[in-house]
Amino acid sequence: MNWKAFGAMLARDAHVARRNAIQLFFQTFLQPLLFVFIFGRVMVGSGYMPPQYKSLLLPGIIAISMVFTGIWAVAMPLIAEFQWTREIEDRLLAPIDIRWIALEKVLAGMIQAAVAGLVVIPLAWLVLGPGIGLSVHSPLAFIAIITLVSAFSACGGLALGCSMNQQHIGLMFSMLLTPMIFFGCTYYPWSALEKFPVLQKAVLVNPIVYASEGMRGTLVPQFPHLSTVVTLGALLVFDLVLLAVGLRQFDKKAIS
Amino acid sequence: MAVGIRTHDLRKIYTSAPPMAAGGLVARGSAKGSKHPKPQITALDGLSLEIQPGEIFGLLGPNGAGKSTTVGVLTTRVRPTSGQAWIGEYDVWKAQAEVKHLIGVVPQRPNHDFSLTAREILIFHAAYFGMGARQRNERADSLLEKFKLTDRANQMVRGFSGGMMQRLSIARAMMHDPQVLFLDEPSAGLDPQTRILLWDIIRDYNREGKTILLTTHYMEEADALCHRLAIVDHGKIIALDTPQQLKASIPGGYLLRLRFGHRTSELLQRLQSLAGVREVRSNDGTGTDVYADRGGSLIPEIAAVAVSAGAELSDVHISEPSLENLFLHHTGRSLRD
Repeated sequence: MNWKAFGAMLARDAHVARRNAIQLFFQTFLQPLLFVFIFGRVMVGSGYMPPQYKSLLLPGIIAISMVFTGIWAVAMPLIAEFQWTREIEDRLLAPIDIRWIALEKVLAGMIQAAVAGLVVIPLAWLVLGPGIGLSVHSPLAFIAIITLVSAFSACGGLALGCSMNQQHIGLMFSMLLTPMIFFGCTYYPWSALEKFPVLQKAVLVNPIVYASEGMRGTLVPQFPHLSTVVTLGALLVFDLVLLAVGLRQFDKKAIS
Repeated sequence: MAVGIRTHDLRKIYTSAPPMAAGGLVARGSAKGSKHPKPQITALDGLSLEIQPGEIFGLLGPNGAGKSTTVGVLTTRVRPTSGQAWIGEYDVWKAQAEVKHLIGVVPQRPNHDFSLTAREILIFHAAYFGMGARQRNERADSLLEKFKLTDRANQMVRGFSGGMMQRLSIARAMMHDPQVLFLDEPSAGLDPQTRILLWDIIRDYNREGKTILLTTHYMEEADALCHRLAIVDHGKIIALDTPQQLKASIPGGYLLRLRFGHRTSELLQRLQSLAGVREVRSNDGTGTDVYADRGGSLIPEIAAVAVSAGAELSDVHISEPSLENLFLHHTGRSLRD
């Protein structure tokens, strides 16, 4: 394993992220903050939503921010680099097994997703105002959830970025990610689907359910949530499957 | 220590459109019956090569001949369907990381990192190869200087012209001082001035003992640069030798345009009987065209014949056989087809 090459590629991604910091900031945080403001501040402030909704909403928003950031950070450059600019070719010729190039992308995406998740917390706090009951009872479980959700988003980005055609990017967001987010228990807890038993079972194939429920379990355990052990286990399985698919697709794209 | 290149019976069959690593391969489907619903494109059909350490070797052929696929296989980007390839002592498909240390690749189309400046592109490339910070800064600066890019070093490459991008591609490929340099159609789309600069750079690099493999469909380029050449068509090598020998292999490939002060029918007959002369055609007035399979070495004999026939030789022009003619001779098709 050539750690120098791996480190240099990570340094390259960090350099580019620093250069595009302002753009990245708005891309990552504008949408979740608007969402938090309207649903958490306006709707709660005007009495349409109960005050507890603020605390219930925040973990879901963190999950969405992380998932979007990781997928975007890995998939979009890969789609462009493989199909359009071809700039990944220079890295494919670096003296390192090409699987490590894919893993470097995943690690860089994970870091961005984790930063996004952790930065959304204080930002949302500022926007929402007082009355949020976050409490991290088990820091270890919280770190594990953050890690596995980051890995899910980055591995998902790898699998999507190496499988999608450039002209299907719009479709990827409207047909895949948007339904996943709405059926991902992000704006409501999984238990709220009790009235819709079929839907409640069906959404369990959606990994975002485990991301938001896992966040809820570690940040606002006072609300009903899926068991943290179940969410961690499910996320681990999704991570591994997506990583295996992503690596296979990456190899197919990189070597003809 | 200079490093050679070897391939043995390389075959590559694409079952989908050849992707980026194969360059602009022209689809050439071969119908294999209903058992294979996917179109099969044979890009390489048993290609064996041996390139000596320190040689400038050219692959010449039309678009879609398999040149870029050969380079792709040798540079770890195209997995051959069968056959083997070695860079130095390393099997390309068993020791990829070691091979990648030895090679530098100039792609057919620029593939620069658009998020970086020209200088950063060189620096990060060197970092991927484990070069220390001081060394890579120094080498980047010297290459930017050599390729006349110093004044644009800190600009993003998005706005660079084709020639500048190409120069930067070559500088990047040389950053880690590779023993073998691959250039895929290096002068496609370059203006004549930049092309000459490019040729000088390639020759200079070769003088340092580096092996160079370039693909081209410009016969002038192959002729001017390469020590040896392989003519490739339909994924096979159809001829391999020095440019001179290849051209000499065309029967009657030389054209000698002669002019005599006074011409007689006896003179034409005696020219026809000289060894190596294939055909003699008299033009209007005093001009005579001689098609022969040797060039300069015929001149003393022609001069002697002219003297003995009482005709004074006043002008000589020798056209060497061209690779274009050679390709035509071997394939019945023009290189530009």
